[in-house]
Amino acid sequence: MIPELGHFALALALALSLAQVVVGLWGAQRAEARLMAATAPLAAGALIAVAAAFACLAWSYVVNDTTVLNVVQNSHSAKPLLYKLSGTWGNHEGSMVLWVLILALCGGAVAGFGGNLPSALQARVLGILGLVSVGFLGFILATSNPFDRVWPPPPDGQGLNPILQDPGLAFHPPLLYLGYVGFAVTYAFAVAALIEGRVDAAWGRWVRPWALAAWSFLTLGIALGSWWAYYELGWGGYWFWDPVENASLLPWLAGCALLHSAIVVEKREALKTWTVFLALLAFGMSLLGTFLVRSGVLTSVHAFANDPERGMVILGLLALYIGGGFALFAWRAATMVPTGVFAPLSREGALVLNNLLLCSIAAVVLVGTLYPMFADLLLGEKISVGPPFFNLATLPLAVPLVLAMGFGPMLPWKRARIFPAMQRLWWAALAGFAAFLLCLAIEGWRIGPALGFAAALWAIAAAAADIADRIALFSRPQAAWARAKGLPRAAWGGALAHAGLGVMILGLAGMGLATDKLALLKPGEATTLAGMEYRLTGLADVQGPNWTARRATVEVRDGDRLVTVLEADKRSFAVARMQTTEAAIHTTWARDLYVVMGEERDGGAVLRIHNNPLAPWIWLGAAIMALGGGISLSDRRMRVSAPAARPVRAEARA
Amino acid sequence: MSAAGDRRPAPAQGPGGAGAPPSPSRRRLLLLAPLGVAAAAGVGFYAMLRGLGTGSYDPKGVPSALIGRQPPEFSLPPLEGADLPGLSSADLRGAGRPVLVNFFASWCVPCVIEHPQLMRLAREGVPVLGVAYKDKPADALGFLRRHGNPYRKLGVDLPGRVAIDWGLYGVPETYLVDREGFIRWRWAGPITDDTLKQELQPLLRRHA
Repeated sequence: MIPELGHFALALALALSLAQVVVGLWGAQRAEARLMAATAPLAAGALIAVAAAFACLAWSYVVNDTTVLNVVQNSHSAKPLLYKLSGTWGNHEGSMVLWVLILALCGGAVAGFGGNLPSALQARVLGILGLVSVGFLGFILATSNPFDRVWPPPPDGQGLNPILQDPGLAFHPPLLYLGYVGFAVTYAFAVAALIEGRVDAAWGRWVRPWALAAWSFLTLGIALGSWWAYYELGWGGYWFWDPVENASLLPWLAGCALLHSAIVVEKREALKTWTVFLALLAFGMSLLGTFLVRSGVLTSVHAFANDPERGMVILGLLALYIGGGFALFAWRAATMVPTGVFAPLSREGALVLNNLLLCSIAAVVLVGTLYPMFADLLLGEKISVGPPFFNLATLPLAVPLVLAMGFGPMLPWKRARIFPAMQRLWWAALAGFAAFLLCLAIEGWRIGPALGFAAALWAIAAAAADIADRIALFSRPQAAWARAKGLPRAAWGGALAHAGLGVMILGLAGMGLATDKLALLKPGEATTLAGMEYRLTGLADVQGPNWTARRATVEVRDGDRLVTVLEADKRSFAVARMQTTEAAIHTTWARDLYVVMGEERDGGAVLRIHNNPLAPWIWLGAAIMALGGGISLSDRRMRVSAPAARPVRAEARA
Repeated sequence: MSAAGDRRPAPAQGPGGAGAPPSPSRRRLLLLAPLGVAAAAGVGFYAMLRGLGTGSYDPKGVPSALIGRQPPEFSLPPLEGADLPGLSSADLRGAGRPVLVNFFASWCVPCVIEHPQLMRLAREGVPVLGVAYKDKPADALGFLRRHGNPYRKLGVDLPGRVAIDWGLYGVPETYLVDREGFIRWRWAGPITDDTLKQELQPLLRRHA
């Protein structure tokens, strides 16, 4: 009964979304106030319907309803509740429902909080969002119904892939989708602007919080996935330039460019065409990722449903949304009139540079990701493009990006001079240079990590210098506190996000100095790595809730001091007939001590030991970046309409 | 979506305020570029999806130069203590029925994963011939004792020279040699339950 209700709710949501498209776009075109006013309640209704469908699916998972095919294929009664719940979106069908739920949430938010938008713009944005909903709801109902029944019901489910049974991964997809789908809203704003043929400061002000929110969630989602790969896959790495990882990085890069160029639209009414293009691109990249993961055109550890039929449908949706968006862009973008003029050396100029560099990085990643597929298709050659290419090609773009990131916030709008900015930043440059020399002195001729440390110190110090300058910390220290309290949160958020990137680069540079070794140890034997002594004290069998394991216990000593006892597992999952390695990690924040157990032979065990300097700072940095985005988002100016605040706003109907 | 709205006359001006504005036709071309790139990619993706259906595009397959040809000449010694004959290319020439040649090693974890499938094939009567790749004889023997022996014949390729002639991608790797002695199929990676059902068993039926 519950699954049928869910199925019905999905169909209802499709009908409501369809109505939302017609009423929104037609009403705005005819300027019919009554039609336009109906779009917001329709969006709220669609949200309620999708939420009900999602709740029905989650319910089926929680009670382990084995008459539902999707539950049978992806769950098991012996799983902990958290993973039963996360199993809801741990598969193709369920994750599509989550995708649509988040899209409906965005629609509900535009309907609820968008009372200060011009009614035609709001109706058009909701109409476009409805159009995206219609496509994906239709896709679910036609090819990927999660509520399909199976009869007679099997005694129990087949279990969730054991490497996915992890708290980090339970929240990885929802965060990613919040990011991907958030860009649907900026896309809808861009399409609405193209239809209206007008982009102004107010438009920039409405788009920016959405770009910022989507980008912050995407940052968290990618970081969580990377962290999971680091501790769960046991390779000691954190980013593998896997096509699917790249697919999440592309919208992040485009979104990062978008949220910066939207500032220029808002403050200076320039870069309008470009910003609209970025808004289309960011969502296009999100959809491209969806296509790559779900169509089976590439192989990856992440790939979901390898079904060319589904791939065709998604490709059709891509053609509609991306193709339609770009066609509209080609047709209408010429009407956008830039009004703000600026000198190349100015805040605007720095933001243009930021955009060019971010987009170049995105282009490199896109080409590197798609090239092997097209080489296979056109030339019949099997080529793999791996980390060496990506590292080599992105580094020369990342270095000037970080350099410009320090200068940008210091430059005034319209026209700037480089000397005053340099005057305020000389000590940040000095800090970076000192870090560079220090790293070379200690670690020898390791140019990559040395550059990384320099960039990290520069970025963090430049962000600090920016804040110090704004609150006049050095010129008028007595008033600094008052100025700090008065400083808009967007300024704090921006500086924090820039510093967060610095912290992340610090971690990346540290990982550039990582060392590892393989050692065959018998119980009682020891080996040393990077000044630490690792002694295998025992090998034992362990029984978990739904797995059995061999566990290696390793004592780590620094001289005579016991630092930690690590327990590395090799787990066997009976239901899934799979083995996983559980890396044992101890962090001192200065470095991670990381042990993975390999196979056993000759009465001993092969241990892979990694010494990972500064590793946790990578994800801490990403969290700081997202926090910066959040603080910026809480700025009063973000929530208030331009040009003047309207005191009475529509209450949230969702 | 029909044209409407307040379409203003568009003066020719660049996307930024800076620099010389490009001519209207160049600007139009620039605005068309994203659509063109997206369309080209879309056509490519369409061809890939079509190819997935017909089998002409396969991101998983690692092609082998040996498909459709006879295996290279080789002769490998038996594994001491295993009580199995060694393996040479003569064993593959015109066996009268399809045989599988499986490269494995005791130190490879995916080999353990694929082993139950090999055992099942052996029970079903499919001749499975093994090559122990770069493996100490004692280790290979221990591996067979622990997990069972699916092999009718087993050669030891300690230096890995024969594997080079075959163009081995890694272990485990499996080849299907048909009744006339021609290589018909190559699978790089473990043979899972799905591989068995979807790939191997139809091939075995076709070449039986």
